[in-house]
Amino acid sequence: MKKNNTIWQPDRSKYPEIDKNGKPIIDLKSHKYTKLWQGPNHPGVTGNMSLELTLSGDEIVDAKTHVGYLHRGFEKLMERRLYIQCFPTCIRMCVPEADSNEYVLAACIEDLTGIEVPEAASWIRTLILEMARLQVLLRTVPGQASTLSLGMGSQWGMYLRDLILDRFEELTGGRIYHMFIIPGGVRGLLPGGFKQRMEENLKKIEEFVDKIEDLIFTNAIFKKRTIGIGYIDPSLVDKYGIVGPNARAAGYNRDVRKDYPYLKYNELDFEPYVAHDSDIFTRSQVRKHDLIQTVDLIRQIMAKIPEKGEVRAKTPNVLHWKIPKGETYQRSESSRGEYGMYMVSDGSKYPRRINLRGPSYTHAVSLLEKLLINANIADVHSIMVSLQTCPPEIER
Amino acid sequence: MKNIIQDIQKRFNISDIIEQQEKLTFITVNKELAIALITHFRDIEGFSHFVLLSAVDWIESNQFQLTYILNSPTRKMDIGIRVFIDRETATMDSAHHLWEQVATYQRELKEMFGIDFPGSPRVDESFILEGWDNIPPMRRDFDTLKYSQETFFPREGRETNDPTEFMKKKLYPNEEK
Repeated sequence: MKKNNTIWQPDRSKYPEIDKNGKPIIDLKSHKYTKLWQGPNHPGVTGNMSLELTLSGDEIVDAKTHVGYLHRGFEKLMERRLYIQCFPTCIRMCVPEADSNEYVLAACIEDLTGIEVPEAASWIRTLILEMARLQVLLRTVPGQASTLSLGMGSQWGMYLRDLILDRFEELTGGRIYHMFIIPGGVRGLLPGGFKQRMEENLKKIEEFVDKIEDLIFTNAIFKKRTIGIGYIDPSLVDKYGIVGPNARAAGYNRDVRKDYPYLKYNELDFEPYVAHDSDIFTRSQVRKHDLIQTVDLIRQIMAKIPEKGEVRAKTPNVLHWKIPKGETYQRSESSRGEYGMYMVSDGSKYPRRINLRGPSYTHAVSLLEKLLINANIADVHSIMVSLQTCPPEIER
Repeated sequence: MKNIIQDIQKRFNISDIIEQQEKLTFITVNKELAIALITHFRDIEGFSHFVLLSAVDWIESNQFQLTYILNSPTRKMDIGIRVFIDRETATMDSAHHLWEQVATYQRELKEMFGIDFPGSPRVDESFILEGWDNIPPMRRDFDTLKYSQETFFPREGRETNDPTEFMKKKLYPNEEK
């Protein structure tokens, strides 16, 4: 893709004045600057978060992220709950992709207790995690165009997402929150006819990918508004802890599924898609390829998943289960990137400390604050959505 | 990982080495040498990805445990560096100069645990709890139930929670017990 070199870059060498720490000297009483708050309204695909913007004309000279609108103190609450009671709490730490929470919590408990998950349960867990990624990507890929008022793709994506939620309902009984992954395995096997219905859905999703290629990715306005905008310098990837599609769009081949294979990912054939231009358009492209890849992975899983077998290893009575003293960190690849959990046990029935590491913690705070400097006010929303921010995982 | 730790064990006075998994090791280091060790892991050993900074409140021993988890994208390994600090003074050297996002973690720890990181950018600004005037809420001695009972008005419950009694009253109001 050829870079758009026609974007006008203002000369900011003299104005605004910069202090010795590299920060702009902003005097709101001079009437040269405007303070503008974006949010905390829920803009549709991100969640409640507020950006405190300082504008010079329509250009941003300073940005601060404010979170706290979704804080419910989950990490504190879990310190007073049995391990099994943590599941309904922890899944709410990231609403759109609840299954990653379930998996990392179960994986931490299994690592500390040394429980081996049965073969069939590992396959079903892999399927659930991929289905979760798929339903988020169906919302996020066309959602990027919605930030630029091209909302039709999002409507199509929402319908297809609902089909995947139907499959979740069929498998687990729940649409958003499933609580299907439990310590030692999962709650059950695939229902009869599941594979066939899933295949029908996947075919529709493939048609949808072709359609959004025509609707969004070849659209002149979408390209003009996204190519060269929201550029992340590849040197920032390690400096700011950038992971997932945002890192892959900057040329870093980082995918937890490939680098630290968990569950059954080492038995699946896939290669992460890596691009180099690192702007909003490229990040959207990476997510579109992730979507295609996830469809392919679900097909591979369907072909290999056992029809019967043990789905849960034997565990002690969960109401009196004391987890051995120790600490661990477990990660999985969510649609946004590395999603990890740090757990400390003091040997009692209750966790001593559970700390979630969501990708948005770095993407939406330190990175977004940097990317917004010198951006145009009209691009703020699309830059934010291109990082795929999820405020609940920042606040927990 | 064993080779790396053996090389630097004496220099950085490393103790409590626990190999939790093949690719995840936890070590403990003194507060004074922690930032030097983290810098060593980042610059010399290639642990360039900062994963997490977390705190654990060990109120029984009057200590806070700080855990820095670093990841090496080339070696595909993680190291968890534990530092124990005094709970009363609760001050730690800042690591914001090594990775930009560390400042956010430190700001949150200041608010939630009351651990200070002098020199860290915006460390005194509230992160999540605007206008909080109680003890830092993630400390073990903060009682969430007591706080909510004192802060929010009590909500009256239903008259009875026993469904049998409730239905009896509704269906046969004149019948004697």
